[in-house]
Amino acid sequence: MAGDMSDLIRVLADLCTGCEACVGVCPTGAIQMREGTARIGDACNLCRACVSACPAEAIEVVVTGRGEVGEGQGVWVFVEHRRGQVAPVVYELLGQARRLAESLGTQVTAILAGEGVAPLAAELVARGADGVLVVEDPALGDLREEPVTTALADLVGERKPEIFLFGATALGRSLAPRLAARLGTGLTADCTGLDIDPERRVLVQTRPAFGGNLMAVVVCPRHRPQMATARPRVFRSLAPDPSRQGEVVTFPVDGSRLLGRTRLLEYAEEVIETVKLEDADIIVSGGRGLGGPEHFQLLFELARLLGGAVGASRAAVDAGWIPYYHQVGQTGKTVAPKVYIAVGISGAIQHLAGMNSADVIVAINKNPQAPIFKVANYGIVGDLFAVIPALIEGIKRRRS
Amino acid sequence: MKIIVLIKQVPESTEVRINPETNTLIREGVKSVVNPFDTYALEEGVLIKERLGGTVVVMTMGPPQAREALQDAIALGGDEAILLSDRAFAGADTLATSRALAAAVRRLEPYDLIICGKQAIDGDTAQVGPEVAELLDIPHVTYVRRIRELEPGRAVVERMVEGAVETVEMSLPGLITVVKDINQPRIPSLKGIMKARRTTIPVWTPADVGLPEEVLGLRGSPTTVEKIFVPQVERRGEMIEGSPEEVAEVLLSRLQSVGVL
Repeated sequence: MAGDMSDLIRVLADLCTGCEACVGVCPTGAIQMREGTARIGDACNLCRACVSACPAEAIEVVVTGRGEVGEGQGVWVFVEHRRGQVAPVVYELLGQARRLAESLGTQVTAILAGEGVAPLAAELVARGADGVLVVEDPALGDLREEPVTTALADLVGERKPEIFLFGATALGRSLAPRLAARLGTGLTADCTGLDIDPERRVLVQTRPAFGGNLMAVVVCPRHRPQMATARPRVFRSLAPDPSRQGEVVTFPVDGSRLLGRTRLLEYAEEVIETVKLEDADIIVSGGRGLGGPEHFQLLFELARLLGGAVGASRAAVDAGWIPYYHQVGQTGKTVAPKVYIAVGISGAIQHLAGMNSADVIVAINKNPQAPIFKVANYGIVGDLFAVIPALIEGIKRRRS
Repeated sequence: MKIIVLIKQVPESTEVRINPETNTLIREGVKSVVNPFDTYALEEGVLIKERLGGTVVVMTMGPPQAREALQDAIALGGDEAILLSDRAFAGADTLATSRALAAAVRRLEPYDLIICGKQAIDGDTAQVGPEVAELLDIPHVTYVRRIRELEPGRAVVERMVEGAVETVEMSLPGLITVVKDINQPRIPSLKGIMKARRTTIPVWTPADVGLPEEVLGLRGSPTTVEKIFVPQVERRGEMIEGSPEEVAEVLLSRLQSVGVL
């Protein structure tokens, strides 16, 4: 391959002073000096660090037909719903979309597809949408991926959003890639951070990879919309504000085009006796410090009082004290509760990988050197067999 | 039935190290394996073949050493394997990867079912399956835990979603991504290992799949990774001291102030 990026980014030879400022800032080492002028090779990822660094303004990014940068306007949020209930992640995305839209000086639009869903629009406005685009058709009723992709692709083609966000749910992680492939644009999965780089006007997407051991910062510089899925419970939803005003517009759709080759035959909720670990707002988790399986009863009692679930470290699971499906960490479940109470857990990296996005971490451990205290918002060095009963009593007293 | 299984070669462990100076991954010394979720996809393909007859074609895109993953797949019951490998494929994001795989799958038409693992353990995106299905214009179902019915032109599968199971009917050809509950992968047989040694694995380039280089690899990728870093997990915490009753009281009032309780 010839090292030619000139259709995407180029150095204006008559302006280039040969100062080499660009060479130093290029993160991919793509720029070399040739005959006193900078040349950009095909290692370039169009990050534009050189454009900002060049004192002579000699480097320009060529906006090609493929790229159409700047054409998009507005931040969109896909509204996932089931049986008339909006998925909580939608409100979280609306809260984050507001922040993004305010930095961009644009609007937040909730995209509401389905059948008989228009009544959900008011709450979407109260939760941060400036407008709601409603697409209704019987073919969209169960939110099957193919007809919804077609409807969303039509909307995107018509209105050209700049950013389109989905919840990283089973549906979002199946629908969003289908739509991204239809549109030929980029999609970043499971984001835990979404921000705007005002200089480049791009969405800066941060996501975990390698099981949470690494974070990657991903951009989609030339294609619109910039699409991302975001994990539930990462962003905060705004408190509903019923006084907010927003325009609800119904977008007409030709139902005969909404073909799908999958059909939902049955939807069966699984019987779950306790709160699911992944869905719990509060998790009380136990480790080796519990000393034996019988002591998990204390944690179950505390979790029940808090309306939470019980987790465990790998050490406790490996010891056979509690079943595997309670395990939190790299090789267990990844959780992001509001509060994570680690009891008798030392805090190995592989455990932290599964819970460090909790809003509040409480550590109770008798060893003051335990690494768990480094990630804890509240640390208690002490005997868990004294502290946990005191917590249980304290909660009961507050409730009575 | 003609079944195509798409696999990925990944590092055996996700416990990665990073070079703090160059901010790049240290890959040396890390063994490569077939992505664990893909072993369930392969096993399901082989089980279908054993029940209904047919062939299982295994395909991957990757550097030349990804051939080892395909050999492992043949040892586990795959009939044929195809490696997409070329410098022009390198640096692909999920869309550019899906374009290459979809174009290669088209060369294998007609087929009945494409099976993928639910996601790869390195990238964790779960995007390539649905993207390949869209580019091939076939239906897809993700997170399949069981194939209930399978016949030419039609399948009924169970799909895991949040707290529930969907039973979904789909037309074939189609694509499914599978979760670990679907089966228990076998270990390679001696016969399989011998067969893997004998099987020649063709290497396909962009020209073989009929795509121009600018839609592939780094240049064909809409997204770019600008930076990778090791997450900082430290927080500035408050140590609560006192008798058990005192620390319990302080902790409960802190939790109350953040809206819990």
